[in-house]
Amino acid sequence: MFGNLTLEAFQHDFVQTMAVMGGVVNGVLLIALITYLKKWKWLWNEWITTVDHKKIGIMYIVVVLIMFLKGFADAMLMRIQQATAAGATHPFLGSEHFQEIFSAHGATMIFFVAMGFMFGIMNLIIPLQIGARDVAFPFLNAVSFWLFTAGGMLILISLAVGHFSVSGWLSYPPLSGVEYSPNEGVDYWAWSIQISGIGSTFSGINFLVTILKMRCPGMTLMKMPIFVWSSLCAMVLVIFAFPILTATVGMLMLDRYLGMHFFTAGGGGNPMLYFNLIWAWGHPEVYILILPAFGIFSEVVPTFSEKRLFGYASMVWAMIVIAVLSFLVWLHHFFTMGASPNVNAFFGIMTMLVAIPTGVKIFNWLFTKYRGKVHFTSPMLWFFSFVLNFSVAGMTGILLAAPPVDFQVHNSLFLVAHFHGMVIGGVLFGFFAGFTYWFPKYTGFFIDERLNRMAFFCWFAGLLLAFMPLYMLGFMGATRRLDHYDPSTGWQPLFIIAALGGVIIFFGALIQFLGLFWSIYKRKENRDTTGGNPWNGRTLEWATHSPPPIYNFAFIPTVNQLDPLWADNPPKEEKREYQDIHLPEDTPVAFYIGTLCMILGFAFTWQIHWLGILCFAGILGLIIAHLSEKEKHMTITAEEVRKIEESYTKRQQTA
Amino acid sequence: MSEEISLNEEKKLWHGTYLSYGIGFFVSLIFTSISFLLVAFQVFPPEVLIYTVASFALFQAVVQLIFFLHLGQEGKPHWETFIFFFMLLILLIIAVGSLWVMNDLNERMMPKHMTTTHHD
Amino acid sequence: MTDSLIVHHTPEPHPDTGRPDPHQDYFSMRFIGFWVYLMTDCILFTTLFITYAVLHTNTFGGPSGKDLFELKLAFGETMALLFSSVTCGLAVLAAVHQRLRASLVWLGVTITLGLSFLTMELWEFHHFYSMGHSWRESAFLSSFFTLVGTHGLHITFGLTWAGVMVGQLLYHGLTVDTFRRLVLFSLFWHFLDLIWIFIFTFVYLMGVI
Repeated sequence: MFGNLTLEAFQHDFVQTMAVMGGVVNGVLLIALITYLKKWKWLWNEWITTVDHKKIGIMYIVVVLIMFLKGFADAMLMRIQQATAAGATHPFLGSEHFQEIFSAHGATMIFFVAMGFMFGIMNLIIPLQIGARDVAFPFLNAVSFWLFTAGGMLILISLAVGHFSVSGWLSYPPLSGVEYSPNEGVDYWAWSIQISGIGSTFSGINFLVTILKMRCPGMTLMKMPIFVWSSLCAMVLVIFAFPILTATVGMLMLDRYLGMHFFTAGGGGNPMLYFNLIWAWGHPEVYILILPAFGIFSEVVPTFSEKRLFGYASMVWAMIVIAVLSFLVWLHHFFTMGASPNVNAFFGIMTMLVAIPTGVKIFNWLFTKYRGKVHFTSPMLWFFSFVLNFSVAGMTGILLAAPPVDFQVHNSLFLVAHFHGMVIGGVLFGFFAGFTYWFPKYTGFFIDERLNRMAFFCWFAGLLLAFMPLYMLGFMGATRRLDHYDPSTGWQPLFIIAALGGVIIFFGALIQFLGLFWSIYKRKENRDTTGGNPWNGRTLEWATHSPPPIYNFAFIPTVNQLDPLWADNPPKEEKREYQDIHLPEDTPVAFYIGTLCMILGFAFTWQIHWLGILCFAGILGLIIAHLSEKEKHMTITAEEVRKIEESYTKRQQTA
Repeated sequence: MSEEISLNEEKKLWHGTYLSYGIGFFVSLIFTSISFLLVAFQVFPPEVLIYTVASFALFQAVVQLIFFLHLGQEGKPHWETFIFFFMLLILLIIAVGSLWVMNDLNERMMPKHMTTTHHD
Repeated sequence: MTDSLIVHHTPEPHPDTGRPDPHQDYFSMRFIGFWVYLMTDCILFTTLFITYAVLHTNTFGGPSGKDLFELKLAFGETMALLFSSVTCGLAVLAAVHQRLRASLVWLGVTITLGLSFLTMELWEFHHFYSMGHSWRESAFLSSFFTLVGTHGLHITFGLTWAGVMVGQLLYHGLTVDTFRRLVLFSLFWHFLDLIWIFIFTFVYLMGVI
């Protein structure tokens, strides 16, 4: 009746039980709070059923913050383990538990923090920057979000019910096959990744079509903001890379569920094929993450230098080259798997080539600041830290790109330090900068700048302290994913410093969280009184109110050049009458599909087949029903538009 | 936001004709049948057969892309065509790359029949 | 601040690749969106083809394609799918000429041919299984069943879609929505025949050479 699910699945060790209790208590408190404030109806009508890109963007970020708590807790547990486990007879965490933690840490951070943050910011900003009212397929957008959340929930549920995978964030076979991982762990991972992966593919299609077809009149491709270009390149990568992931993880699942022999050690299977295919996805994936972060810096740096971006055209070409090259380097993730020197050399050279367009971009940002009037706001501070950390980590990447070097440090802590420098120093800091930069646009008030700077310094110092020792440890021979080591190696002091770095980052993150709540509490004092453009930005999102009305722009703008708000001769002004505005109608179907997907994933993880099949039928039925309906709209009448616009003007006058 | 257009305007945006389907059908029928007959009756030696049949398949695919899927007939800017060619580029990169890599790996993993070590 | 952007805009007269696309109607948007989805499906099938190419010689002592494949059956399936692709096109053409009854007839023929394709394929799978050769036997059989089976699964979804289209056309007739959905279905169906060309050639024909 319940497949493999028994009461034993709810029994965990002390640390995990505490974590689960913490999660449950928080969940219960949240439900109690919402009930007390009588906000269920509001939550349903305004958020759960919405197809508005702005609200979906905010929801993505909320889920990201929750998943970040889990992923960061995993990281701290690992740091504590490694700092204390020098020949320890009673290690803090058991071996199996440690393996689950590093697997969950990687999967959570890549798929549910980095990807989620990226889609969240893109949702918030892209339609505004191109002068559109929404994305191309608003319903599909909502489905993508709920699929993303369903995948995240599966990882959180795995904390409480049963065990997560022990085979790392990419589940390499044969360890991840049914013979060596017979329990539910890898299945949790697989369903989580597949469900959210399909959501990502849908988002890729959605944003690609949005950017290609929904730009406002006059905005040719070479007049788009760089953030839009970076998202366009990233979405092209999503579209062509994620199907590889879907097929490959699908084949792993077929091996596990149906006894097939794609990647098994016997039966003619070839585990090396998994490595090849998964990294053919995996390498473009990291470029999917970094390109939008580059785009954010291209928005932040000119604004806070009071100078146009240097070398727009070369920035665009650099991103296109990076996007294409990202498909030509994947073997560098398994130089040591045994390919011949010619093969390794080809991929090594291609990998090094990527540094060239990346360098072009970094110099362009620096040239933008040269002779500009630089404001050292916290987004700019994130940028400076990015230049330092990303460049250093990038250079270690060039080191790793040489196969002979890689043979020494592959899968050591040197590698771990490299990619954390790229992902935290590049991706995460870019998203932090964007979050701060665009926060007043979405909420109408500012994040407390002082607290933000304190958080920044903690992250900056913490990042260096947490990962510089890891470069050294890698050279000293420490491999990744170690849960204990001999004290005679002399590694412990470095692990302790790394743990200290982790603690400082913890304080940085804590200040960010508290700062967010503090800023919300103090929102009346921190209100944006400039009428929507506090930084004197140059792109279209700053041309509408803060927060934007549901229709984004009362009149779709026309542009005739790059950086329209800094235009010397903008298009001629003409007064127009307000028109009726048609927007897509909200619907609960996306939420239902996401929920059913989550239950389906859970059901098949535990082999509760009847439940899984029932969910599948439900999903199919919902899709057919939704796609058989006439497109539904809601109309905001011209009169309502006028009232909304006037309320903004009135609000600004009283400020 | 997407606009509603009339049924007649929608019809103008689709580019199929009896002629296009006719041509596509006959060409596909002929090439499929020839491929089948060539292989079923082993008309050529294996190597020749492989290249012949493969090129017939590619040709038929191009025909179906143009005459059934109307590639290239969408209005300017030709986004669908552009995206198709980019997909083709990526497809070739990952297919050729994967086959090269896997072939190379398999060769080096297979037991060698030589007694001396061999460096390639 | 917003006032400076209240402008009167005329539609772009002659769009080129540089300019934004003026076709922002439901049909054009959904056409290109669906087209992009088909491109992702191409990559999915590419991955399965690569896997088949790498694993098809790993028969692990069991049968190879040469031992199992019956070319006449595969040719029959190919013909069924090719004919159904054409009749699908004819269904859309009939709809363009506002001939609802003809469109429904052609759609029915398409479904029948598609069902016969599926029947032949399922018979083939069952035939292999009854001879004791399942996907559990070797990497070759795993990759064969998965590649051909994934295509068959797409066909099944397509036939479901076609069935729903019949229902919608009977209930609503030819409207902006039903015509658009019929066109998108035809794109899907043509695409599946395109993929089948490669399966027929690279799996069945090459397997027997």
